[in-house]
Amino acid sequence: MKQILTVVLVLGLSLPLFAEGEKSASKEIPDVETIVGKANIVAYYQGKDGKAKVKMTITDKRNQKRRREFNILRKDDEDGGDQKYFVYFLKPPDVRRMVYMVHKHADPDKDDDRWLYLPALDLDKRIAAGDKRTSFVGSDFLYEDVSGRSLKEDTHELIKTTDELFVVKNVPKKPDTVEFSYYNVSINRKTYVPMKMEFYDKDDKLYRVIESKKVEMIQEFPTVVMSVVSDLKTGSKTEMEFSEVKYDINLKDVFQERYLRRPPREAIR
Amino acid sequence: MNRLCSGAKVFAVFSVLIISLPVLADQSDENDGDSFFSDLPIEMHGFYEMRSGYRLRKDNYEKDMSIMENRLQLDLSSYPEWGDLKVKADIYGDLVTEKGYFDLREANIFLRPNDFLDLKVGRQVLTWGTGDLVFINDLFPKDWQSFFIGRDNEYLKAPSDALKASLFGDWANLDIVYTPRFDHDRHIDGTRLSYWNLNLGRLAGQDAVIHTDKPNRWFRDSELAARLYKNINNYEFAIYAYRGYWKNPIGQNASMTQAIFPDLNVYGASVRGAIGKGIGNIEVGYYESADDMSGKNALIDNSQMRYLVGYTQEIARDFTAGVQYYLEHMQDFSQYKNSLMSGPARDEYRHLVTLRLTKLLMNQNLRCSLFTYFSPSDKDVHMRPNVNYKLNDNTTLEIGGNIFFGDYSNTFFGQLQNNTNIYAGMRYSF
Repeated sequence: MKQILTVVLVLGLSLPLFAEGEKSASKEIPDVETIVGKANIVAYYQGKDGKAKVKMTITDKRNQKRRREFNILRKDDEDGGDQKYFVYFLKPPDVRRMVYMVHKHADPDKDDDRWLYLPALDLDKRIAAGDKRTSFVGSDFLYEDVSGRSLKEDTHELIKTTDELFVVKNVPKKPDTVEFSYYNVSINRKTYVPMKMEFYDKDDKLYRVIESKKVEMIQEFPTVVMSVVSDLKTGSKTEMEFSEVKYDINLKDVFQERYLRRPPREAIR
Repeated sequence: MNRLCSGAKVFAVFSVLIISLPVLADQSDENDGDSFFSDLPIEMHGFYEMRSGYRLRKDNYEKDMSIMENRLQLDLSSYPEWGDLKVKADIYGDLVTEKGYFDLREANIFLRPNDFLDLKVGRQVLTWGTGDLVFINDLFPKDWQSFFIGRDNEYLKAPSDALKASLFGDWANLDIVYTPRFDHDRHIDGTRLSYWNLNLGRLAGQDAVIHTDKPNRWFRDSELAARLYKNINNYEFAIYAYRGYWKNPIGQNASMTQAIFPDLNVYGASVRGAIGKGIGNIEVGYYESADDMSGKNALIDNSQMRYLVGYTQEIARDFTAGVQYYLEHMQDFSQYKNSLMSGPARDEYRHLVTLRLTKLLMNQNLRCSLFTYFSPSDKDVHMRPNVNYKLNDNTTLEIGGNIFFGDYSNTFFGQLQNNTNIYAGMRYSF
């Protein structure tokens, strides 16, 4: 293993020397902003809209499992820009038919608009913009993992390039607003799918990992259909499984009060 | 009771219909796979719940037991192409009243005939307005009894038998709710909660159960509520109008033998949207007491202006705080004072402040919350502590309380002092 690594390293290091003066090498490695920009589109903006069924399994350190199931509808205003999300809960039974709706703003200075609809009370509730690094529905995923962290919030540095991956180090511009000191994202060079995110705490210790366990091509869009987040501190992990993924479904503007009270068929099924 | 019984009939009809549909579907499948019934799968959900609670103070007019019930809720729904069908009903045995009840909570059909119209017909739960447990323009029926004895918050809303039409346009949207026969609040009547009895001039309960003469003629004693609303950059503006009756029996007939629901018209407006890091809301309403426009009739409440301002913000991770200030201004106060026959006079202004604190713990499986009403003018307080723990995906455990303080026995919360109670519940959802 060590030998292979040495070979790769030597090869990797020596290649730029051979390639010096040749344009093809610089073409292969785009600058870091291009990389994170593309990865952001692939992870959160595939197609102009889409839907998916999500099954979440939260396993705590005592191996107790809790399950969530919901359908997500998404529509983009523009790639990399504002987005709207409509989340319709199917399980567990006490939250069934609840709707969580977000108008996400790409501008980090503008808070997202969020609503929660409680069917038993016919109540559409506006929720205060929260800390985005709060658990999403009690899982190990955070709000920001689900809807994406604005690229403008971090500085990006390409720290490693392998045959398959770009590894980008992301350092928050406002470190006091987050619990990590930095995180590394390993991005597939061909598809630009983020394969792994590793979060380091203020003591430079790895404490949280998100991995893309399964990627499929759906309507020509590389799509993560299984991802797992592990919290190394609490010993808890959450598995998120996507099924019935569809893109470009020509979704109407269902992201409004009318559809909270009576969700569109796309969300119910 | 009448209402519950007629509900029972409706439910029976609905359940027979719905239960028989799959059977019909099976039969018709053999002949024609695309028939009307074949796309009628039915979802069934619900819960089973046990809940018990006791008074913490001696109440001379009520039992020590404040709540003691076993409840089964069944929730049936179906989504054929042409609309949504829904039936939700509770069956519960109540050891406080020593009776069994059937409460049909919902039985309705939803239709979306085209892009600019939604219709919902039948028994349904309705809500609008911006307040948090304070209502101005939401004149749909509430169940205050459930609210104060420690049932789940879901039961604060009592159902309406109504037609709701929603129209959607480019410049605004309009909701119209027509209730052919007045649906009043499930108000405090002395059967389970002791209250201030104006005529007796003291606290009362089962010894003086309030008898009401309610407007209950179909189509003649109807209610009409409307809301015109628009979202501008996620600031939600609305204006409201209501024509019907006071939802609580705040009036008395001339012989003072029965409580009545006098005529009421309400006109109001609200706005809600992001302010800073939180959500702010403002709501106002003019309550026109149509049977006592001059304020001279001592047996009927005067008209009122009602104002509400609120703000909610997440102040730490998974910790939210919400404050509201509410003001009720009695119109024609001098007329009220002149016509007052007996008992302590009410204030011209009733001020009310609410504070909600909610903290989520243990991966959001434990929710601790405290909602407090405090009226500096009435000098009374109502606190609603609640701890809710999700043992697993199906089972929830809950403890909580309804605590009342007050300097006077005739104020809104002060009269409920002896009803101070704690409760515990366990719910299994499926």
